[in-house]
Amino acid sequence: MDLTEATLAEIRDAVRAKRVKAVEVVAHFQRRIETLDNQLNSFITVNPRAMEEATQIDAILASGRDPGPLAGVPIAVKDLLCTKNLATTAASNILRGFVPPYSATVVKRLQAAGAVILGKTNLDEFGMGSSNENSAFGVCRNPWALDHVPGGSSGGTAAAVAARLAPAGIGTDTGGSIRQPASFCGLVGIKPTYGRVSRFGIVSYASSLDQAGPMARTAQDCAILLETIAGHDDWDATASMRPVPSWSTDTIPSPKGMRIGVLQEALSEKIDQDTSTVLNTAISTLRQLGAEITEVSIPKLRHAVSIYYLLATSEASSNLARYDGVRYGYRSRKQTSDLESFYAATRSEGFGTEVKRRIMMGTYALSSGYYDAFYLKASQVRRQLRDEYMAAFAQCDVILSPVTTSPAFKIGARISDPLEMYLNDIFTTSANLAGLPAIAVPGGFAESGLPIGLQFTANHFDEHNLFRVATALEQALPLVKKVPHVI
Amino acid sequence: MSFDHFDAVIGLEIHAQLLTESKIFCRDSTHFGAGDNENICPVCTGMPGSLPVLNRQAVEFSIKTGLALNCDIRRQSVFARKQYFYPDLPKGYQISQYDRPLCENGHVDFLVDGQMRRVSIVRAHMEEDAGKSTHHGDYSLINLNRAGIPLLEIVSGPDLRSAREAAEYARAVRNILRYLGVCDGNLEEGSLRCDVNVSVRPKGQKELGTKVEIKNINSFRFIEKAIEYEIHRQIDCVLNREAIVQETRLYDADKNRTFTMRTKEDAHDYRYFPDPDLLPLTVEEAWIERMRATLPELPLAMATRFVRDFQLPEYDAFLLTQERELADYFERTNRACGNPKAASNWVMTEVLRNLNETGKTILEVPVPAEHLGRMIRMIDTGVISGKIAKTVFGEMWTSGQEPDAIVKDKGLVQITDVASLERVIDQTLAENAANLEAYRSGKDKLFGFFVGQVMKATKGQASPEVVNELLKKKMQR
Repeated sequence: MDLTEATLAEIRDAVRAKRVKAVEVVAHFQRRIETLDNQLNSFITVNPRAMEEATQIDAILASGRDPGPLAGVPIAVKDLLCTKNLATTAASNILRGFVPPYSATVVKRLQAAGAVILGKTNLDEFGMGSSNENSAFGVCRNPWALDHVPGGSSGGTAAAVAARLAPAGIGTDTGGSIRQPASFCGLVGIKPTYGRVSRFGIVSYASSLDQAGPMARTAQDCAILLETIAGHDDWDATASMRPVPSWSTDTIPSPKGMRIGVLQEALSEKIDQDTSTVLNTAISTLRQLGAEITEVSIPKLRHAVSIYYLLATSEASSNLARYDGVRYGYRSRKQTSDLESFYAATRSEGFGTEVKRRIMMGTYALSSGYYDAFYLKASQVRRQLRDEYMAAFAQCDVILSPVTTSPAFKIGARISDPLEMYLNDIFTTSANLAGLPAIAVPGGFAESGLPIGLQFTANHFDEHNLFRVATALEQALPLVKKVPHVI
Repeated sequence: MSFDHFDAVIGLEIHAQLLTESKIFCRDSTHFGAGDNENICPVCTGMPGSLPVLNRQAVEFSIKTGLALNCDIRRQSVFARKQYFYPDLPKGYQISQYDRPLCENGHVDFLVDGQMRRVSIVRAHMEEDAGKSTHHGDYSLINLNRAGIPLLEIVSGPDLRSAREAAEYARAVRNILRYLGVCDGNLEEGSLRCDVNVSVRPKGQKELGTKVEIKNINSFRFIEKAIEYEIHRQIDCVLNREAIVQETRLYDADKNRTFTMRTKEDAHDYRYFPDPDLLPLTVEEAWIERMRATLPELPLAMATRFVRDFQLPEYDAFLLTQERELADYFERTNRACGNPKAASNWVMTEVLRNLNETGKTILEVPVPAEHLGRMIRMIDTGVISGKIAKTVFGEMWTSGQEPDAIVKDKGLVQITDVASLERVIDQTLAENAANLEAYRSGKDKLFGFFVGQVMKATKGQASPEVVNELLKKKMQR
């Protein structure tokens, strides 16, 4: 069995049928990480107990019991999810060496299903970034072109899965952090409906926007993972009570009769030629497959980036207040005479530049005298944006747009210009703001050979429509056959 | 101008720790007395990724309190983050309610020196408590057992006009909380905390003066004394043409004075915003009605009923209803004897005095109410005299025995038998012939002497009424 190219579903089936041992699977990917990750820097921590856990899965299988639907599948987990007894850093110096005494609900559910956590992947510090350049553990590289960024913030998971260092992984998405790196690395990545997946144990960036989701090479693998991690959780008051459908088995792989709205605002943005070509190919392919192509408009989309950076930073400024050096994490060694300078020293030294920038922006937006003009106004426009989406979904089942205006950029190209970097998020942030599920699927390649993704957005809890259109497109455009050259 | 030319304007913020089983946003125990940092978990210590989930019981206790304070209960209230850095505040913010609190627009009626007063309740909102810091020279220790204990902050309108009124209002609120069983109301232990806002203004002036907040007052007596001090301090300031600074002051009970803690210049910008980890709290009408149905009779209603149904003086009724357990004790005593005035007298004098002397609470009273009631019945039916009853009560207190048994064992039954009393009287008169002669020639005062002699001869067991009657008859002849 070619474990490198095998999908998550194939590995699972093979392990469950005892055609391959879980320990062999884990050993295979551990070897790949060891030999290839020095080029990518996609893992911050490799799980030293992965083999032990795989051995247990094999033992359960040998005894005739069921180790679960993800038996022996190695998973790369973004280092923003807490893992019991395994360091969790959020790619920040302020949490360097922090070992949580509990696991995120997502991690618990993966392990309960028999998956093995392979390691913790690189990211932009606290999820704040679109390039994985804001990491206290170094830049992560794109396996399709090592001098390019893998995207962010879930850049480590994207790079690892694209380079076949893991068959699949978990990312989190606050403004595009699953979809944009999935697109930059030629993967499928889904941000579920807000509330679909428990946030418990996931280091919070912006609570009203954060969602964890799967990243893999096929839509079906994403469906399998999402089924495992989704569903209500008593530890998260914002987790939905909705039952979780069986997307992996119930998806119809045809868009026949689906109404696909092409986002008009996307066409008026400055999209590069390659992205535009990929978008048009997808439209004609879907039309040929029997989908009904319409046009939809979300006029408030032009405010999405502004609203996003006001609300996300406001929530972040509050969510990151707990990193104060008092109970855990980094504490400055500087001699300080009072509490305020103690906090200032610890936080100035512990946080990176981008995190500090966002804390300051958010603190400002919530300050007395500015709250109404910034936080409150942004919240109001957010509701209007959501209303516009609701109106659009009266006319179509999914909305099609690019993920970004252009494919992956070179490392260092945008890091000195935050505004340029923020505009990267123009098509992705609105799904978070409106709480909608959205998927990035491979759409094609640029002249340069870099992958280009497409984004579909659906109504709340309509993930089935995303899996349907993604599966259909995946079968019509067999892009997975192409592999990044780092392999 | 002098002191008499000023009015004080006072408002109270009362923080009540709710007696829930677990904390407001996590599953840790709230039980007092656990070892340092034993009742903690990732949620209340603010670990990365931990999330709050609201405790249903805390909401129910808050709704009940809101209803008892005659508040409107918001169908949708919102939790907000109040942000500031302090080592015993684990998340860097306190989850509280800000512009949309659960309870609003209520009032409390209470008695001050026999006069009925009404104070408005602006709001009562839910929030979490912070941890506790203790400072030891060059280091501090933090205990997070208290972090996340549910609090209800009850904010009165600026309706109080004197220190005494403020203290009585605080007592009234404490009594209501205790009647509801939602808070044990212990100021010394901090399960009830009281912040006071005080300002003064010349009589007749409409605008309010500059407000000063006093924190950390840990007894009702100190509430009164701190306000008293603060009113005088502020009036002195005005009379001396000094500006009153808007500030927070602390009360020092030993020195009986207040001193500056922080001025408005160091006031925080708390940057309140709705907590995105918690959905708005929706309270259906049916839930409110279910809570209303569980409300017990409250102190004021009970006192009013005692006056109306038992013809008790207002003062007695008010005193008896200070504690639900005391009122219950009175009611059970009354039920056993059917003499409310006597029951009230015995409870307010003998019972309270003995409790005081032995340092016990009404819950630890060694004389069951039914025993006291039966004893009062024995007085009313002439079985024992009021005087003997004191002996019987003392015996009940120390031995815990039933009154009937004590009276029987000690032979304390009152002698009402005319024939046997006549024998004693005849003998007494014979033995004191000279005094009898003196009485008959006009020394009326000697009558008491003869009563005393008869009582002494019967060891106090003779019925005073019968002795009086017989003596009068016999001495006249």
